[in-house]
Parts: sequence; C-alpha cells; structure tokens
Amino acid sequence: MDTTGTLFLPPSGSTISGEVDFQFYFIYAASIFFFAVVTFASLLFVVRYRRRGEPTRSDAPTHNTLLEIVWTAIPTVLIVIVFVMGFRTYLKMHVVPGDAMEIKVTAQKWFWSFDYPEGASAVNELVVPVNQPVKLLMSSQDVIHSFFVPNFRVKMDVLPNRYSVTWFEATQTGEFDLFCTEYCGKGHAEMIGKVKVVSESEYNNWVEAGAGPAEGEGLADYGRRLYVSKACNTCHSIDGSGNVGPSFLQKFGAEEALADGSFITVDENYLRESILNPQAKIVAGYDPVMPTYQGLLKDREVDALIEFIKSLKDGQ
Amino acid sequence: MSTLEKAIADTNYLKDPPGIKNWLFTLDHKRIGVLYLYGIMASFLLGGIFAMLLRLELLSPDQVIVDADTYNQFFTLHGAVMIFLFIIPSIPAALGNFVLPLMIGAKDVAFPRLNLASWYIYVAGAIICLYSIVAGGADTGWTFYTPYSTQTSTAVISLTFGAFVLGFSSIFTGINFIATIHKLRAPGMSWFKMPLMVWALYATSIIQVMATPVLGITLVLLIVERAFGIGIFDPAMGGDPVLYQHFFWFYSHPAVYIMILPAMGIISELISTFSHKKIFGYKMIAFSSLGIAFVSFLVWGHHMFVSGQSELAAMVFSFLTFFVGIPSGIKVFNWVATMYKGSIELKTPMLYALSFLFLFTIGGFTGIVLGSLAVDVHLHDTYFIVAHFHYVMMGGTVMAFLGGLHYWWPKMWGRMYSEFWAKISLALIFIGFNATFFTQFIMGSQGMPRRYATYVDTYHRLHAFSTYGSWVLGLGFVVMAVYLIHSLFKGSKAPANPWRSLTMEWETTSPPITHNFDRPMVLEHGPYDYDVIDPKRRLEDHKREVSK
Amino acid sequence: MSTESTDKHLDFLEHHFSTPQQQAESAKLGMWVFLLTEILLFGGLFLAYAVYRSWHPEMFYNAHLFLDRELGTFNTVVLIISSLTMALAIRSMQLGKRKQTIWMLVATLALAAVFLVVKYFEYSHKIHLGQLPGKFYTFDGIEGNNPHVFFSVYFLMTGLHGIHVIGGMFAIGWVLRRTIRNDFSSAYYTPIEMTGLYWHLVDLVWIFLFPLFYLIG
Ligand code: HEA
Ligand code: HEA
Ligand code: HEC
Ligand code: CUA
Ligand SMILES: [Cu+2]
Repeated sequence: MDTTGTLFLPPSGSTISGEVDFQFYFIYAASIFFFAVVTFASLLFVVRYRRRGEPTRSDAPTHNTLLEIVWTAIPTVLIVIVFVMGFRTYLKMHVVPGDAMEIKVTAQKWFWSFDYPEGASAVNELVVPVNQPVKLLMSSQDVIHSFFVPNFRVKMDVLPNRYSVTWFEATQTGEFDLFCTEYCGKGHAEMIGKVKVVSESEYNNWVEAGAGPAEGEGLADYGRRLYVSKACNTCHSIDGSGNVGPSFLQKFGAEEALADGSFITVDENYLRESILNPQAKIVAGYDPVMPTYQGLLKDREVDALIEFIKSLKDGQ
Repeated sequence: MSTLEKAIADTNYLKDPPGIKNWLFTLDHKRIGVLYLYGIMASFLLGGIFAMLLRLELLSPDQVIVDADTYNQFFTLHGAVMIFLFIIPSIPAALGNFVLPLMIGAKDVAFPRLNLASWYIYVAGAIICLYSIVAGGADTGWTFYTPYSTQTSTAVISLTFGAFVLGFSSIFTGINFIATIHKLRAPGMSWFKMPLMVWALYATSIIQVMATPVLGITLVLLIVERAFGIGIFDPAMGGDPVLYQHFFWFYSHPAVYIMILPAMGIISELISTFSHKKIFGYKMIAFSSLGIAFVSFLVWGHHMFVSGQSELAAMVFSFLTFFVGIPSGIKVFNWVATMYKGSIELKTPMLYALSFLFLFTIGGFTGIVLGSLAVDVHLHDTYFIVAHFHYVMMGGTVMAFLGGLHYWWPKMWGRMYSEFWAKISLALIFIGFNATFFTQFIMGSQGMPRRYATYVDTYHRLHAFSTYGSWVLGLGFVVMAVYLIHSLFKGSKAPANPWRSLTMEWETTSPPITHNFDRPMVLEHGPYDYDVIDPKRRLEDHKREVSK
Repeated sequence: MSTESTDKHLDFLEHHFSTPQQQAESAKLGMWVFLLTEILLFGGLFLAYAVYRSWHPEMFYNAHLFLDRELGTFNTVVLIISSLTMALAIRSMQLGKRKQTIWMLVATLALAAVFLVVKYFEYSHKIHLGQLPGKFYTFDGIEGNNPHVFFSVYFLMTGLHGIHVIGGMFAIGWVLRRTIRNDFSSAYYTPIEMTGLYWHLVDLVWIFLFPLFYLIG
C-alpha cells in the first residue's frame, strides 16, 4: 500500500484507509470525466459558434429525448455504485472487530485523555500497538469534540453524557497527528494530540513502566515534559504571557489574590490543591474552567509538576 | 431627445416620485429591489472584510494578527453575515424583486406593503445581528451548535435573534412571490411560457416558506435554552444536543438550495440570451428545479454522518443526497446543449455564466464526494468542506448573482458599464477565487480541520498560497466597485434591450417607468423564441406603432 | 394610473390588480401559504414533543396528571365556539349584515379573552407550585426522569399558542374597527375572511395541543 501519501490524501496508516482512498479517487476520476466533458463542450461551442456581426438564427433541436435519457441514466448508475461502496465501508467503520482492545477516551476543553485497560493513562498521547484493532470508547466532559486522525481516516464526534465508539487498526508504526474537528471554543485549534503507533513489545513496555521519568532525568525536567504532555501548556504559559490560566513564571512563593478577596502565598500545598482540586481556590480575574486532574496524575507526576513550577524563577 | 423620450425619462422609477421619503416608503417592487441591493452589497462588503481578516490570520501557522478568541468571532460573523444577510436575500429579494413582476408582465408583486415590510424586517434583523459585534461578538460558528452555544459567554442571543427576525423577511418574500407567480402573470403566459428564472424563483419560494419556520422555531428553542435553561438541548438536564443539529440542518440544507436555485434561474436566462437560441430542454430545467426543491428536504442528515446517528439513517441520507446530483446535472447538460449551434456573444454576463458552469460543476462534484459515507468520515469538518461550499456559494451563487447584476444593470439604472474593466475584474476574481479555494481542497483532504485559528506546520505553504489568492480576489472586487459606481454617474445611456433578449422585462424602457409598462402586457411569444422572432425588429415595430 | 374604475364601489381595488377576483384570490392564496408556515413553525415543537415523549413516556404520563383537565376542556369549548362566531361574522358580511358582523366579531374577541384568562389561572397555579421549565423547576412529586422537560415543552407550546391568540385578537380588533368604519360590504370583505382563516388555525392548533397535553393516557 502507498505510504507516502498523494497530492490529495495524507499517507495511509490504517486498514480502512485503502478503501476510503480508492473511493475518493474513484469519484475524483468520474468527476474529472464529467467535468472535462462539460468544460470541453462549452469551450468548443463558444469558439465554434462565436457570434460575428448580427445574431444568426438557429434551427438546432431544442430537445432530444435520447440524449436526455442518456445523461440522466449514466450519472444514476454511477451514483448507485458510489453509494454502495461508501455504505459498505461505513458499516465496516462501525462494526468493531471482536478482538479489539478497548481504550477509554475522554475529551474536554481542550485536551484528550486516554485510559488503558491495564490501568495506565495518558494525556494527548495515544500509544497503540501496530496491527491490533483498537476500540475507542469516547465521551466528553463538556461540549462536543471530535476525534480525527487523518492518516487513519477515522473521525467520530465525542459527546457529553453519552458514549460514542469508533475503532481503527494501525498498519504503520510512527507518530500521527490527532485533531479535534468539532469546534469547541478558544482552544479548539490547540486540541491536538499525537497517536504513537509502536510495536507490540514496545507497547507492553510502555504500559508496564507507565510513563515516568527517563533514565537520569531530573524531577523538574520530567515535570517540564508533563507540562506539555498533560496539556497544562494549553492554558498556562511559562514566560509570563497571559492565557486562559495564570502563567507559571515566578509563581512559587508569590502572593496571590483570590476571587473571594483573600490572599494566599503560593507554596507546595497550594499548588497541589490547585492541580487536584482547582475549584477550591479560584485566582482573581480568571474563570473556574480548569479541569480537575484528580485521577489523571499520579503522585509522582504531581510532584514533578510542582518541582517544575518551582524551577521557573526567571524567564527561561 | 424627442419630447416623448423626455417624458418617458422623467417618469422612470428612479425619479418618479422623487425624494428620500418616497424611496423609504415606496411600494414599488423595483425600488424595494434596489433598497435590498444596497443592503446586501453592504453585507457582502462586511462579510468580505471579515474573510480577508480570516485569510490574513491564516497566513502563517501561529498567531499573525489576532488571538484565537477574535479569530473565532471573525469566522462566525463572516459565515453568519454571508449566509443570513447576504446570500439568502441576494438573488430573490434584490434581483428577484426587481425583475419578477417585469418578467411576467405585472405592475407589481401581489402584496406591495408586505414587500416593503419585509425590507424593514431585513434591516431590523441585520441591525440586531450586527449588534452582537458591539455586544462582545459571538463565537459559535454560523451553525450555533449546542451545547457550546448555550455555554459560551458571548453575545449569541443577539446573533440568533437577528437571524430569527431575518427569517420572517425571507418568508414574506416567499409568500409574495408565490402569490405573484400564481395570480399576476400577463394574459397568455401559461406555466410553460414563463421564463426559467420565474420557475426558479417559484421553487425557491416554496423552500423559503417551508424550511424557514423550522429554523425560526429552532432558534427560539436555542434562545430560551440559553436564556432560561429549559433543558431541551442540554445533556445535563435530559436534553439532547444532537437533536439541535437535526433541527438546524432541516432548515439549513434546504437553505443551500434557496441560494443555488435562483442562481440557476439566472444562468438559464443568460445562456439562452447570449447564445441567441431557444433554451434546450425547457421542461426538464423547469421540473428539475421543483425536483431539487423536493429532494432537498430529505437529505439534511448528510451534515451529521459522524455525529452518531444510526447507520440506517446515514444510509438513507447518503442515498438521497446523491439524487440531488441528477437534476443538477440535467440543468448543466441542458445549458451546454443550449450553446450548441447558438450565436454566442461573450459579453460580461455570459462570461459570468461560463464561470458559473465551470466552478459550480467543481463544487457540485465535491458535494458528491462528501455525500459518500466513508469518504465523508475523513473529510467532514476539514477545509475540504470549506472549499466545497465556497465553490458552490461563491463560485456558483455569487457568480450567477454578479452575472445577473451585470445583465440587468442597464435595466436597473439605465446606464451601461465599462465592458473592458468588467472583464478585467472578472479575470481577477476568477483567478483569485481558484487560487484561494482550490488549495483548500488539497489541504482539507490532507486533514486540515476547519475553524482553526492556528495550525500545524504541515499546511503552511497551502494556507499561504490561499491567502495570496484572496488578495487577488479582493482586488477584483475593488475594480468592480470602481467601474460600477463610475457607471452610475458617467455610464453611457442604455437602450431598452441592449442584449436583444426576448423576455418581457426588456419590452419596457431602461430604466422602467414607474408602472412598469406603457400598456397592459399580453404574451405574444415565448421567452426563448429566438428561432421565430428577432427582438430588435420587434421593438422597432412597437415604437412605430406607438408613434402612430 | 387613471384607467382604474371611476366606479366608487371598486375603491378597494389596488392598482396592480386588474379585477377584484384577482385581488381576492391572491390574498387567499397568500394567506394559505402563510398558514402553512405557521403549521411548520408549530411542527418543529410538535416534533420536539414527540421525541421527548417517546424517550420518557412514563414521566409524560405522570406529569400530565398535574394539568387541569376541566379547565383544558372548558378552554377547548371556548375556542371552538369562537371559531363558530368568527365564521358567522364572515357569513353575515357576505350577506351584507354589518351589524350582525360587528356583534359576532365582538363575541369572538370576548371568547378569546376568556381563553386567555383561564390560561392565566392555569399558568399562575403552576408557577406557584414550581412546575416550571428547565432549571426553574422546583416541584417534586412527579415520578420519572426529567419532569422539567414536560413543563418546558408545555410552556413553550401553549405559550407560543397564547402569543398567536393575542395576535389574533389584534387582527380581529382591527377588522372590527374597519367594519365599524364601514370599509366592507358584501362585495369586499377579504380582510375579515383572512382573519377568520387565521383564527381557525389558532383554534386548530389548540385542538391538537389539548389531547397531547391534557389527555395522555
Ligand atoms: C449553494 C450552496 C450549496 C449547494 C448548491 C450544495 C450542493 C451540494 N452539497 Fe453542499 N454544502 C453547502 C452548500 C451547498 N452545497 C454548505 C454551506 C455546506 C457546509 C455547511 C457547514 O458545515 O458549515 C455544505 C456541506 C455539504 C455536505 C456535508 C459535509 C460535511 O460536513 O461532512 C455534504 C454531504 O453530503 C454536501 C453535499 C452536497 C451535494 C451532493 C450537493 C449537490 O446539490 C451538488 C449537485 C451538483 C453536481 C453533482 C454537479 C453537476 C452535475 C453533473 C455535471 C452531472 C453528473 C452528476 C453525477 C455523476 C452525480 N454538502
Ligand atoms: C455566501 C457565502 C460566502 C462567501 C461569498 C464567502 C466568501 C469568502 N470566504 Fe467564506 N465562509 C462562508 C460563506 C461565504 N464565504 C461560511 C458560511 C463559512 C463558515 C463559517 C463557519 O465556520 O461558521 C465560511 C468560512 C470561511 C473560511 C474558513 C474559516 C475557518 O474555518 O477557520 C475561510 C478561510 O479561508 C473563508 C474565506 C472566504 C474568502 C476569502 C471569501 C472571499 O470570496 C470574499 C471576497 C469578497 C470581498 C473581498 C468583498 C469585496 C467587496 C467589495 C469591495 C464590495 C463591492 C461593492 C460594490 C460592488 C458596490 N470563509
Ligand atoms: C482548560 C484550561 C486549563 C488547563 C488544561 C490547566 N489549567 Fe491550571 N488553571 C486554569 C485556570 C483558568 C486557572 C485559574 C483559575 C483557578 O484558580 O482555578 C488555573 C490555575 C492553576 C494553578 C493556580 C495558579 C495560581 O496562579 O495560583 C495551578 C498551580 C495550575 N492551574 C496548574 C495546572 C497544571 C499543573 C495543569 C496541567 C497538569 C493545568 N493547570 C492545566 C486553567 C487550566
Ligand atoms: Cu475540542 Cu474542538
Ligand atoms: Cu447539505
């Protein structure tokens, strides 16, 4: 199968993409054909029957039953073919293979989180084994989002208060973009994740280790990585610039005004509470929109994030 | 100027009766058409400015001029202004109002007061919509999907309420046209002697009166949901946000045919006139308008293939969607066949008609791509959709609208425009348009999602190219604005029938006298009988008779 | 244009129509199309009703027990009679009996007012109990899921209908005034006829609302 992609379609990475691509190009070719006929005929007539001087009268026929039947019938046949192909593939997209592994997907403003059957969890990074059907059981915490991986040709809306399901089987290892394609507000364009397709053994290692600090990585550096992978960066900057939430720069030790008018000094306990139970104390001037990370972060990860925030003393 | 001509010139509708007040309280369909024309042109300009800002922001992957919140308001307002304020009233309410009674030989539409009321409702609705800009903007997209639209803190109510009000304007125009077409045709004009533009307006009016009330009630539900939390669409209260999507598309899909059918009507007129030949397959074209209108009510679910509707529903919607392609195709083929052995004159309106043919076919075929279930799963909510609908709306409807505007311009104002500059402007628009939007097909099928204020680097070059294209496109419109405004003041005087057309609006003076015709009209020949009648000779005969 | 009749009886003929029939027929056609749009407007709400009732059939049943069947029946009768008086008003004008028309229109207006007064008592009772739409719902005592949805739909549909009753009263008031002013005759009474058509629609909608809300079972 083609893996480099074409002008119109990105490289294909799942079992379903071949069929979708074929249909895309089938309709494309049929369209080019009709388009060429229409364009060529119009241009030909324009050149051939161009008016010179006084208009001439024409005795050309003004209807032709045979012609009319032909140009109704051919498109009809074509669309029936296209319809049947499309419907069969669509059904396939909706019938999850029995041996699929199941991952729970939660969408919220504006990041994705994934829960694995083995208990691991991840944010904005979906790690899956290659050549293994994966079923996604998806729901949203707030508004409608949509799960889209162009390379896999899968897309499914993710709704609040309801589960939606889709599945795919990756055929290539590598990293692929994961987009949110249902408009969901300010961070919609940044609700981007990665799908990492790895070999079976790598996958097993990953699940076992859970994500953790790499060899020789300091806690603060690990926290810096989590800051990106857990999507803190969609709302918090580290350079002092404004965003949905307050910047982390020089946060530690600072005096903070809260929405209820009181003041607090930012220490480890406050940071911990802000992450795990953000609605408890709201910073003045901000909306209480930060999601709770209770259950999404392990203790070690919270420690690492706090360490990271502490390390942000000067602009770096 | 003979005294007769002088007298006629003074009774033309632009001057008689004079004064702003007489314009603002006019019951004359021609003046109301012109008032609408001002309204929609201003809206188009506003929507176009938003479009240019959108494109500028997308010039490079990261923030260029505005932040995400502002960008989101830009595309919402661009979409809402273009759809509700510009394109839906564009052909029916502005051009249609002007030409419909003239084309059927009537003195006015059936309900002139209702007509004027619909214009005021339009203005009121527009003001309410635009009030949302000062009230903090709206950032929901023109589709107002729940639950986002009930949760965001922006001025959604003002925008939706404005759209609700505009709906009445559209309904009233539709009612008026239906009654006019049924009851006010000149004696002798049977249904199959009507110009195809009239057929198209008739089919459009049917959709307007049948679909718009549903939008009205949907927006009311959205407003009360937002204002009072009644829980109909709110999942946390036992409501269903997807139900909203069904309601919305039940209107908004037929609405796209409100936009394209009258455009198709214009194209039928242009191609026949400038080929100086009887239209090919008159009845097929007429019936296909009604066919499209009918099927359009049964396909709304194709906007929701990935929203979790049942496979059975998706199947039915996909199947019916394809069937809209057949009557559209019939029209396209009939237009091409009309040119066969014609006597084709490449005046500006005809060039617009040819551009329409070219661009609408691309837009229509990409619609077929989207109707295919499996392919749509990949393409839904990407730039492929954005490209599709700009090809049909901008490449289709706007091209036909501009074609019609140039075609009836001499009749409206009694002045000609510069053929040379018109062609330059069309060339810029055509090239700029394709540069802007064809690239979007490519990036869309590559996976670029729509409504993104920033994007990943992969799409940088395509986005940049699209933005450059939009500058050429914008330049084309600036040229147009200049030569059209110039023509209003300095254009050469237009003859009664500059294109030698056979439909009735050309049998009165340019601009028409206040009561349209100087005699009661009776149908003497079909609208496209170029094989038996030469309009120029006919007009001379008539003049001779009058002066006798 | 001066070609129009000097005949005084044709004063009502507008300049762009050639005959009174044409004018009357156009008005009638326009009105019917308008009524169609009204039906579609309510149609959207009927659809919402159908969807939610099919999702929560028991809750709908339980909730409807809290509507006052007697008042509902009374109001139905009131509206049906008002439709009759409206029809009689038109009939009288056809026969040229202007006085009778005036009385019939007054009767219709009065019946409409009765309907609204009854509705007012029904509403205030519910507001008092907290049987309100959506987040305002504070009543408890109705079994089933999301009883507030029932009241959302109930208030929306009867509310929209109520607005139409008020609109109808304005229209009736207007033709009443014109009848008193002697604008109509047996040759020209189109506005009364149109108002009548509209009023029958208002009645008809209620005839659907009544069993759907008060008589579930
Ligand atoms: C003027 C407006 C207009 C018109 C005319 C059309 C015409 C069509 N549209 Fe389009 N459409 C829109 C405006 C329009 N559309 C808009 C605004 C949206 C997006 C809204 C949003 O989400 O914001 C949209 C979105 C949209 C979708 C949803 C995509 C998605 O969100 O996932 C689909 C899917 O089926 C679709 C299909 C079609 C089809 C099949 C036609 C057909 O009518 C086209 C028929 C024409 C032809 C096919 C060409 C001519 C035919 C021949 C030459 C004969 C040969 C034919 C065959 C072989 C079939 N459209
Ligand atoms: C009629 C409909 C219509 C028209 C004509 C246009 C015209 C244009 N549109 Fe738009 N567009 C929509 C309807 C339309 N659009 C809709 C419905 C959406 C979806 C919104 C949403 O997602 O909710 C959309 C979305 C949309 C997007 C996607 C945004 C996103 O998803 O993030 C983009 C991006 O490129 C875009 C660009 C443009 C451009 C460059 C033009 C250009 O063609 C504009 C050119 C026009 C001008 C430059 C004006 C010049 C006018 C004059 C100078 C006046 C002349 C005066 C006289 C003659 C008197 N549009
Ligand atoms: C959806 C946006 C969003 C995301 C994602 C997010 N936050 Fe927040 N955060 C906010 C907002 C808004 C506030 C301010 C209001 C409040 O105090 O709750 C905030 C406040 C905080 C505070 C208190 C800051 C102060 O100035 O006192 C900390 C600490 C914090 N967040 C840490 C994190 C960490 C760590 C993550 C990622 C693991 C994260 N946030 C992800 C929106 C977000
Ligand atoms: Cu989440 Cu868009
Ligand atoms: Cu559609």
